Amino acid sequence: MDVVLHLPVIGLVLQFLGYLLSVMATNGQLIITLSTPIALGALCGFMNERSGVVNIGIEGMMLFAAFVGWYVAALVNGGAPTTNPGPLGLTFPLLVGVVAAIAAGVAVSALHAWLSITVRANQIISGTIINIEALAITGYLNLLISQNPIPSAGNFQSFHVPAQAASVPVLGWVMTTFLGHGPITLTMLVLVIVLQVLLYRSRWGLRSRAVGEHPRAAETLGIDVIRLRYRNVLLGGVLAGLAGAWFTLEYIGTFQGGMTNGRGFIALAALIFGRWTPIGAFGAALVFGIADTLGQAVQFNPPTGDLGALLSGVPEQVFSALPYLVTIIVLAGVVGRSIPPAADGQPYEREAKAT
Amino acid sequence: MTLRRIRDASIIPALAIVLALVLGAVIVIFSSPLILGLDFTLPLVAYKALVEGSFGSFDGVISTIVNAAPLILAGLAVGIAFKAGLFNIGAQGQFLTGGLAAAAIGAWLAHAPGIVAIPVALLAAIAVGAAYGAIPGFLKSFTGAHEVVTTIMLNYIALYIVAYVVTGPLRAVGATFARTPDVGNASLPILVGGNGHLGVVFAFIAIPVAWWLLYRSTIGFEIRTVGAGPDAARYAGMRPRLLIVITMAFCGGLAGLAGAGEILGLTGYMPAGYSTNVGFDGITVALLGQAHPVGILFAGLLLGAMRAGSGLMQIEAGVPAQMVDVLQGAILFFLTAEILVRYIFRIRARSAKVSELQTVAETYGGQAAP
Repeated sequence: MDVVLHLPVIGLVLQFLGYLLSVMATNGQLIITLSTPIALGALCGFMNERSGVVNIGIEGMMLFAAFVGWYVAALVNGGAPTTNPGPLGLTFPLLVGVVAAIAAGVAVSALHAWLSITVRANQIISGTIINIEALAITGYLNLLISQNPIPSAGNFQSFHVPAQAASVPVLGWVMTTFLGHGPITLTMLVLVIVLQVLLYRSRWGLRSRAVGEHPRAAETLGIDVIRLRYRNVLLGGVLAGLAGAWFTLEYIGTFQGGMTNGRGFIALAALIFGRWTPIGAFGAALVFGIADTLGQAVQFNPPTGDLGALLSGVPEQVFSALPYLVTIIVLAGVVGRSIPPAADGQPYEREAKAT
Repeated sequence: MTLRRIRDASIIPALAIVLALVLGAVIVIFSSPLILGLDFTLPLVAYKALVEGSFGSFDGVISTIVNAAPLILAGLAVGIAFKAGLFNIGAQGQFLTGGLAAAAIGAWLAHAPGIVAIPVALLAAIAVGAAYGAIPGFLKSFTGAHEVVTTIMLNYIALYIVAYVVTGPLRAVGATFARTPDVGNASLPILVGGNGHLGVVFAFIAIPVAWWLLYRSTIGFEIRTVGAGPDAARYAGMRPRLLIVITMAFCGGLAGLAGAGEILGLTGYMPAGYSTNVGFDGITVALLGQAHPVGILFAGLLLGAMRAGSGLMQIEAGVPAQMVDVLQGAILFFLTAEILVRYIFRIRARSAKVSELQTVAETYGGQAAP
């Protein structure tokens, strides 16, 4: 075995695979944590694109929701601070913050829905405006607030799997990996399954798919295309709002300008990679979560041997850029075989009523 | 080019700017309690300072033009791509890598005669920007990966490339913060005022060149045909895949030139946390100018004026310079929701849409492959 690991290239590849596996095994919890905003963002995109609305404004929606959630929670905390948090670090200010973040996500989604469904503006431009304006307005307000800083409301805590349960051989690992999270990540895991079932097993799922593939045919069968698209885009806003809340109320309890750092765009790639299904998008989000985790692991817990010697010469920025590089590689490799909903990005115009 | 056509094309953008200023005033009033207490006159003070800072003096006007130059180049980098049915959100990455190349070559040739150092540094910036722009073009043509996502990813990667090069191999010895060495003789000569450097001239030369290229040359005709519909272009015997790569490289070169102007003309080196968002502002410029070189000229001057005046606005009104970004977003919003503009002013006017954007949305949804 040792001989194989010292072969010129193959050895390094094997060492890398071994290291990757060990990172995945020991950091399962972190991988799921880091893939949460990407998965929620991808689910938001799923809600939009399955019914035929392209949404590249997820990044902006998440950023705006992150800011609103954080600020509202901090304001409530200043007015009515809670001393003893409930399970998972739940406090009244944090709950109000999550609700505010969701409301912010829905409000921005309403703008996107109005522009892309009613005005029939270019959906990609609508999303771009949301990204530009969200970055600008959160940066502007955050700067003003930071002149008289207010203490933030803290953040949610992870569920602590009891030591007895965690020590069970395989089951313990599964439990800590999938259950050792804050409420927003746990919600995301549930939503992935629920939406997957609803997509293929419910009337809503069938109708959404129909509207995304062939809106005219769907309308002929009595489905209100405009209304269904509005409803789905607004529900997508709930998911983008949750993703935003994850940044400021669960992952770290504070806001920084531009803190979403492209996660909303990576979510778009995850959706394509996951072939426009919730489970697929979650799986793709995990790939990006692994890339993110690997970047951190190499810096804090580098591999040993030849591989370690090789990687120690690689600048740290390469690992920071890893999720973005992986996104490009994945898109270039998978796009031809991942078919989007046929009416994706097409504004729907009702046929004129016969007079 | 009759007056009537100019009026038709500019009325919606002009009214969108007016509405954005109104919305901006509302935002300033609502956020004024965070500045110095509720103040309904604050927007007027702020806008007055904005105009004074940009047009109120000779230096102000020079500053407006110097600020406008990179915006015009980046606006062209986005606008010409629009004409080919491509959304070049990556102008920011091309701008950064181009600027980095100018800083590297400029530092290398810092002691060479300017007549050699300047052209070489400029060409290096154009070449690197073009190469960085060609990557998403290539990815779109030959793998189908849509440029909207790939260019955004490349923007983030460009940030890390700059961070690595500036803090690592090119870090200036003895500097108090991480930056590249001075470009010395490669810095662009100042032609007028305090900082009216040579790079500004390139932006104003690029406008007629871009116009000629788009509307009078064969390749411009092919670019516009691909933008109107890749399938039609293919049936006409053109090669959309190749054209996409060429267009993206050309646009990348323009954005790279903008980066070179900023580094060689203004800062003289590249700092590690270089955060000028010229490439992103280029999107606003291109949309406001309706992807037409002349429109981009005026849109670039307007945004340049806002940048030039934002400093005085911050000093005199206490409104952060970031307000300019908010205004830009608001302009884009009203431009896109032009139905609102028509409703509010009760006018009928020609649409201010960039029609080739339809191709961008269609290729994203997968209907039209290149």
